Amino acid sequence: MRHIISMLLENEPGALSRVAGLFSARGYNIESLTVAPTEDATVSRMTLVTSGSGEIIEQITKQLNKLVDVVKLLDITESSHVEREIMLVKVRATGDSRDEVKRLCDIFRAHVLDVTATSYIIEVTGTGEKLDAFLDVLDRRIILEVVRSGALGIGRGEKALRV
Amino acid sequence: MELSGAEIIMQFLKDEGVEIIFGYPGGAVLHIYDALYKQNYIRHILVRHEQGATHMADGYARATGKPGVVLVTSGPGATNAVTGIATAYMDSIPMVVITGQVPTNAIGSDAFQEVDCIGITRPCVKHNFLVKDVHDLAVTLKKAFYVATTGRPGPVVVDVPKDVTHPDIKIPYEYPRDITMRSYSPVTRGHSGQIRKAIDLLLGAKRPMIYTGGGVVLDDAAEELRTLTQHLGFPITNTLMGLGGYPATDRLFVGMLGMHGTYEANMAMHNCDVLLAIGARFDDRVVGDVKKFCPGAKIIHIDIDPASIAKTVKVQVPIVGSVRSVLRDMNAMLAESSREPDRAAVEQWWRQIREWQSIECLRYDRTGPRIKPQYVVQKLYEVTGGDAYIASDVGQHQMWAAQFYPFDKPRRWINSGGLGTMGFGLPAAMGVQFAHPDATVACVTGEGSIVMCIQELATAKQYGLPIKVVNLNNGYLGMVRQWQEFMYESRESHSYLDSLPDFAKLTESFGHVGVRVEKPEDVEGALRDAFAMRDRLVFLDVITDPTENVYPMMMSGKGQNEMLLSALCRDRELA
Ligand SMILES: Cc1cc2nc3c(=O)[nH]c(=O)nc-3n(C[C@H](O)[C@H](O)[C@H](O)COP(=O)(O)OP(=O)(O)OC[C@H]3O[C@@H](n4cnc5c(N)ncnc54)[C@H](O)[C@@H]3O)c2cc1C
Ligand SMILES: Cc1ncc(C[n+]2csc(CCOP(=O)(O)OP(=O)(O)O)c2C)c(N)n1
Ligand SMILES: [Mg+2]
Repeated sequence: MRHIISMLLENEPGALSRVAGLFSARGYNIESLTVAPTEDATVSRMTLVTSGSGEIIEQITKQLNKLVDVVKLLDITESSHVEREIMLVKVRATGDSRDEVKRLCDIFRAHVLDVTATSYIIEVTGTGEKLDAFLDVLDRRIILEVVRSGALGIGRGEKALRV
Repeated sequence: MELSGAEIIMQFLKDEGVEIIFGYPGGAVLHIYDALYKQNYIRHILVRHEQGATHMADGYARATGKPGVVLVTSGPGATNAVTGIATAYMDSIPMVVITGQVPTNAIGSDAFQEVDCIGITRPCVKHNFLVKDVHDLAVTLKKAFYVATTGRPGPVVVDVPKDVTHPDIKIPYEYPRDITMRSYSPVTRGHSGQIRKAIDLLLGAKRPMIYTGGGVVLDDAAEELRTLTQHLGFPITNTLMGLGGYPATDRLFVGMLGMHGTYEANMAMHNCDVLLAIGARFDDRVVGDVKKFCPGAKIIHIDIDPASIAKTVKVQVPIVGSVRSVLRDMNAMLAESSREPDRAAVEQWWRQIREWQSIECLRYDRTGPRIKPQYVVQKLYEVTGGDAYIASDVGQHQMWAAQFYPFDKPRRWINSGGLGTMGFGLPAAMGVQFAHPDATVACVTGEGSIVMCIQELATAKQYGLPIKVVNLNNGYLGMVRQWQEFMYESRESHSYLDSLPDFAKLTESFGHVGVRVEKPEDVEGALRDAFAMRDRLVFLDVITDPTENVYPMMMSGKGQNEMLLSALCRDRELA
């Protein structure tokens, strides 16, 4: 099962490597990992997507909680939540394909951020599945470059993950 | 008070109550060594190899419960310390290791004697810190001691760049008495609802079993455990790390469990209906094949580390809390309860256990002309009145020490269980002797292990430590040879130790007393003579039967009910 684990980490150098090191040392897999500071400069928020059986996920959350740099942790997939990922795609856009790509962008509510005579940079936001679907419908041959942020997530309702 | 970083370290250690540190100097820590020179409250022990320093600090910690403190230089000093740090980590031993580092402005430049100490030690410490500013030094040291000694204990490394300790930069110092860390707050009290559930299960048990580990020793909870066990009258077993947590000569004790545990302990585990696990982590050397483990048991698990619970074995009643506090709560509830354990069923259960015991699984053949290692340990027990601190190395001799020296008190049995570090024994014994100068301290070792830290004999001479080293010299990496005999059709690939030194002479050259013992009839006398020399280190090189194996044994892939017994016992099992 896929799980999204959200963490507040002490904003210390080395905190990230502790998390990454834990996953490699214990053989857990990381699908994606994003980390950035929050409105509170002393903590950063990490969103980590992993998968495994119930027992493995339980060990992962316990081991993460044990890290001294982890202030708070929540498996947001345990309850109702919102998940978003952002993707930038650079495509070759010449001749007929310029219109075709534009049409697809409209359907996916994607934006063209940059235009040159021969290329577009497109921004798409959504769940990982939606981004996958967008890539699927694009003609493989015109894709020049893809960059994805990895998933971000947040639980619904008033309850908040904060210090 | 205005102090330099180096002086802050000294003053802090004093304020923290540290009396002794184990270390070895080098460029990056010279400011600290200079501050050390100018004070007289911290005793520094100059070792001969940084691994020795960490094992000494570790032995000191195991014998006292206080954190062991180490000071080493950057680069090779730090890397030499890693084995000892990992050893302490695996056995949850509180330790603070201060490592020198190149100056902050040189970090990352491949400077002389630079290693990424934080990176190298990260997977084998409870936590580590790099101090980049002298203003953070005292608070960081406080955090290090706090993290090392609370919750599930463990080693903490504090990496200190040289400029942070510079004598010219003085800042105000105040001892940070209290510390709170929002990201670290270990639980102590167990959940009372869970404890009640546990009591219910225990009182209803027909074939109960108590299985306790290092957590009881680490938390100084032997007394609480004794009260509980005596009240219940249940059989109890200890892990290798838990020996001494319950008095081994008590009638309720059925011996160690696991790979080289007793037949009765393992059989009782396998057949029990309620298992109470206390401060033990269901290690693979205990459990054997997980799929075959305790098939009919409901399991209660008390542990301070939530990650230890349900890591390998599913449990029905998890209790997160410190052993001592949870056992106190349990004892209080039991005292108030009008319910008694099911004495009739438990008596029936004991009859079964006594039958298993009648196999006498630890019997060995003493008839030959060669010295049997088990016999040496039995004599060691007699000669020391069963009241010595025994440090051990790793191998067959370690298992025989565990099997044949019944420990009645905690913190008496000092060994590397989790990492199994050869070379641990001698420096660990020295750490114990530093902590308890008047106590009887022995190191049971093998000719393979002892040479891995033998240089510390010089340290022992310098500080006049009267340790007794009992070298069970079988000429082999015996534990390896045993596995090769059982699993590789006796192909003894590189387990025979050619060109051994004359250990007696070697020891003499360090300034100690060395004695070689070759005949069974000389063993007891040699031990008595050695322990009579109260102020000398005596090294007994005891030449033992090289063919002897450790029995019983739970082979890999087997369950606890499938132990391999020695030939002597096998026929009894069938009967
Ligand atoms: C050659 C060799 C052979 C071995 N054979 C055996 C064998 O036959 N049998 C055997 O048992 N072992 C054997 N071992 C040792 C084995 O590898 C493990 O080290 C050992 O079994 C672990 O012991 P433990 O479960 O008591 O855990 P420890 O490593 O002592 O861990 C302690 C547990 O207690 C918890 N704890 C710590 N403090 C507290 C507290 N205050 N409150 C509550 N909980 C706390 C910790 O979180 C942890 O889960 C062998 C080792 C070697 C080298
Ligand atoms: C540093 C280290 N290297 C290798 C091993 C693997 N090992 C475990 S027991 C053992 C043999 C130990 O030999 P010795 O000290 O003579 O003890 P014996 O088994 O003969 O009693 C070895 C090599 C280890 N535990 N530690
Ligand atoms: Mg040997």
